[in-house]
Amino acid sequence: MNERIERLRRESFEALPSFSAERAVLETEFYRENDGKFSTPVMRGLNFKYICERKKIYIGQDELIVGERGPAPKAVSSFPELTCHSLEDLRVLNARRMQSYSVDEREMESYEKVVIPYWRGRSMRDKAFARMPEKWLNLYEAGLFTEFGEQRALGHTALDGLIYEKGMLDLKRDIAEARAKLDFLNDPDATAKDDELQGMDYSCDAVIIFAERHAELADSMAAREADEARGAELRKIADVCRWVPAHAPRDFWEAVQMYWFVHLGTITELNGWDAMSPGHLDQHLAPFYEKGIADGTIGRDKAKELISCFWIKVNNTPAPPKVGVTAAESGTYNDFTNINLAGLKRDGTDGSNEITRIVLEVVDELRLLQPQCNIQTSVRTPDWVLKAAGEVIRHGMGYPSVFNADMVIAEQVRAGKTIEDAREGGTSGCIETGCAGKEAYLLHGYLNTPKLLELALNDGVDPTTGKRVSISTGDPAGFSTFEDVYGAFEKQLKYVVDTKIETDNYLRSRYAEFFPATFLSVLIRDCVQNGRDYYNGGPRYNSDYIQCTGIGTVTDSLSAIKKHVFEDGRVSLEALIAACNRDWEGDEALRLTMWNKTPFYGNDDDYADSIMRMVYTSLFESIDGKPGILGPTYHLNMLSTTCHNYFGKMTAATPNGRFGGTPISDGTSPSQGADRKGPTAVVKSLGKMDQVKSGGTLLNQRFLPSVLAGEEGLNGLVNLIRTYFKLGGHHIQFNVVDEETLRQAQKNPDQYRGLLVRVAGYSDYFVDMDDYHQEEVISRTAQEIL
Amino acid sequence: MASGIVFDIKRYALHDGPGIRVVVHFKGCPLSCWWCHNPESQSPAPQLLYRGERCVACDICVGACANGAIVTSGGTMFTDPAKCRQNGKCADVCPSGAREICGARLGVGDVMTEILKERIFFDQSGGGVTLSGGEPLCQPEFAAALLAECKRYGIHTAVDTSGFVAPEVLLGIIPVTDLFLYDIKHMNPEKHMEYTGVDNDMILSNMLRLGERGAVINARMPFIPGVNTDDENMRATGDFLAGARGVTRLNLLPYHSAAEDKHDRWGMEYRLRGAAHPPTENSLRRAAEIVEALGVSAVIGG
Repeated sequence: MNERIERLRRESFEALPSFSAERAVLETEFYRENDGKFSTPVMRGLNFKYICERKKIYIGQDELIVGERGPAPKAVSSFPELTCHSLEDLRVLNARRMQSYSVDEREMESYEKVVIPYWRGRSMRDKAFARMPEKWLNLYEAGLFTEFGEQRALGHTALDGLIYEKGMLDLKRDIAEARAKLDFLNDPDATAKDDELQGMDYSCDAVIIFAERHAELADSMAAREADEARGAELRKIADVCRWVPAHAPRDFWEAVQMYWFVHLGTITELNGWDAMSPGHLDQHLAPFYEKGIADGTIGRDKAKELISCFWIKVNNTPAPPKVGVTAAESGTYNDFTNINLAGLKRDGTDGSNEITRIVLEVVDELRLLQPQCNIQTSVRTPDWVLKAAGEVIRHGMGYPSVFNADMVIAEQVRAGKTIEDAREGGTSGCIETGCAGKEAYLLHGYLNTPKLLELALNDGVDPTTGKRVSISTGDPAGFSTFEDVYGAFEKQLKYVVDTKIETDNYLRSRYAEFFPATFLSVLIRDCVQNGRDYYNGGPRYNSDYIQCTGIGTVTDSLSAIKKHVFEDGRVSLEALIAACNRDWEGDEALRLTMWNKTPFYGNDDDYADSIMRMVYTSLFESIDGKPGILGPTYHLNMLSTTCHNYFGKMTAATPNGRFGGTPISDGTSPSQGADRKGPTAVVKSLGKMDQVKSGGTLLNQRFLPSVLAGEEGLNGLVNLIRTYFKLGGHHIQFNVVDEETLRQAQKNPDQYRGLLVRVAGYSDYFVDMDDYHQEEVISRTAQEIL
Repeated sequence: MASGIVFDIKRYALHDGPGIRVVVHFKGCPLSCWWCHNPESQSPAPQLLYRGERCVACDICVGACANGAIVTSGGTMFTDPAKCRQNGKCADVCPSGAREICGARLGVGDVMTEILKERIFFDQSGGGVTLSGGEPLCQPEFAAALLAECKRYGIHTAVDTSGFVAPEVLLGIIPVTDLFLYDIKHMNPEKHMEYTGVDNDMILSNMLRLGERGAVINARMPFIPGVNTDDENMRATGDFLAGARGVTRLNLLPYHSAAEDKHDRWGMEYRLRGAAHPPTENSLRRAAEIVEALGVSAVIGG
């Protein structure tokens, strides 16, 4: 890390997130002036352009890569068209202990006088909640599922190599060609397509203007700059901003800046759940790097410095603030930019290169929250990549996470992508599989699977509130076999999933209608050619995911019922349910029996693992191929982010011996503390899940640092990963930290401000997490060797 | 088929031979080293272990014991050693894991079932199976049968031994043992007797015999300041290993006091308490240099 990077890094690390009303005010001005004049896509394109023409431009001291979403680093824009924060929301954001955003009086006043009066009742959230059906609300409020579309725009946005081949002017030409081909005589959708294409065209103009304004500022700063070297840098920045994103990049610097402008564009236009990811960044940058090295225009150090500058830029961009349930389910500043490394090229050859190595060095040195990266590991990926990644993993920041590239590709092919497109795809957000640059893959929310069992055991009544929230599936007193219990579980599952999908389809169609993403649509293949928006079937591929959480908890609970109620007769089903609903009060011996004498998932025990397979199959069958608004686009995902904590709070005690209100299992990991036979047994259990039928699974493993020490420890890690992937695993990630360190960090947070730990599909600062989330991380089984 | 008393089968072992391994811990050991890491393994028979801090005084064990060995008094459970047959019935039903039977009789087939679950990791990592203990060769027929069965499946085998066994037992397993992990604890016979309870004569002569018959030996030494780390002992160790055949290297295993807690837990005396401390990097390096100078490859750790 050179001095420049050290300084920029420190500034970025120390800057506190603040709430900026700038974008909201500009948008409100535009809408007040123009509402009703244009079609929706044109409105959106022009709105984006209006913001890009007027927002404050920031170029920081020493920066090489430029551009911020807000007026300054870590100043976060808001999106009142989606969720219009109330004054009370803003006060909470300002005051809350965790994930606070400072909101100063001026922003508050802008909201009160300008933003709220216009958007109240017009925001997506207001519109949607006004007509959510009661049966949906009952389940939502009971904590059966969450809803992604209610506060942030749906969708995963990862790119392929398009923007390194075509600049915005090239894309405008493509748009013009598509418009010229419209057949108004025979195509009843021609007008709608023309509107959409016009919106896209304005969006291209918007980012060109945004870049040009940076060029102007850089020039004027250069004119005033006393330091000759910095003056030259500023003039270079101006040159770069005048070339990209209007044109395709010609060199490494331009390629990095190109991506950053495009990234900022997509996260300024709308507020996507998974911000934005460049996809296979190392593959995209390698040709520019190799050319620069060959013709002497760039050295390795300069390339590394530019990548570091880019990294810091992403870190300057915290997630927009969430409120209510959404903040509880996923409270983090992380905006989930997750960069893919290595993997395969489109032609199926190994995709790792020198940039892969440089990026791993950069993440190891910078140790920032964002962006995070992952290693896509194919059988064709050389061992040096995994070993270099293992070295970083050992340092205990929780990243990079590791994916099985061959499985990620197979999942996509199963879902209908071509093999070449699938290889260009990868994972984004936490672990979500998608065809980068060619697909809209929208996550719709998490499903609380242990709570489904709870409903089955309480005939559709939520035992915590006593309220009927779901259908009746029979009094458990009448269940005489394990199959009876399981049948009720499956009925609850089907009802809850169907109820969720009905509403998801409604919300998705509202996005297509009211909030087309006209800039993103320029970047995702086939939207221009189809004349259709990202949200409206424009992309080559379209998927909808529901993320199922807690398969460990539900498997272990079913295993406990099967063994102790129906096989050993140790306890009656009614007594067990009553004990759960009393939170085991007076039943500690029974609880411990469930916890210690039940075959649990994660121990390579076929008794439990066969139940897991049964549950997994039910989840798959209830979701996969269900109709979305564009056809049978629903797929299963097995992600939890931090929602297993929120769901845990909403779920009473479970038959596996878990206390009510404590976290349910995360992703596809075993229940916290239930895996007792070491990591090989864990991955064997996971290997029995037919993961190729999902759009991603998530396995958390916590290791004590001593386990990974030395060459043997590193090889043990690499071989564990390789074997898991042979078994068909999708993803694995590691926390390498001992409990003592975490306890110390709880006591002295100020001394551990930089301690990153793996939370879900991403890392977070341990001291930024609330007590509940901290305890959950500590409670995960630590794999050790004595 | 042969059977024996096993007290643990550990998966994902990385430090007991090459690759990812399964370590099968045999119960029973003729030595009683002061620093023993598995003190519960010393006695050859299954043993009831009790962890009072886990007990929730639920009484379930009282009813499960046909011998009437468990009595409650003042909310605490007492086991009468005279009546307890160590049959594990109480441990089977104990909800909290306060009662645990250390050691179970397993057949070769039972152990193989567990081992074969890990085969895919052996294939990937070049790992295999390590018999450890206690002293695995205290159950010679069982050990030999298990090793032979592993070889039938093409699995790499290692035996972690104290060397304090009848020579014919040790030599007999050479054909089915790819690697011997062989402890050299002290070169001085009196000291050896003091710290381990046995003489080192047979241990040393057995190692020489093994090497002469072509066995591959990885010598290991628990490196315990105040016990065996002095220059004199290191030189003697180096001299001896340099003269032995088949010894590929000496691993110096730095002492740590994790075993102290285990001794307390099982109510056993920890005689090294306060007397030993983890070695410094420097002392390890110096010891390694001494044996290296005598022509023996030394590795710290592992």
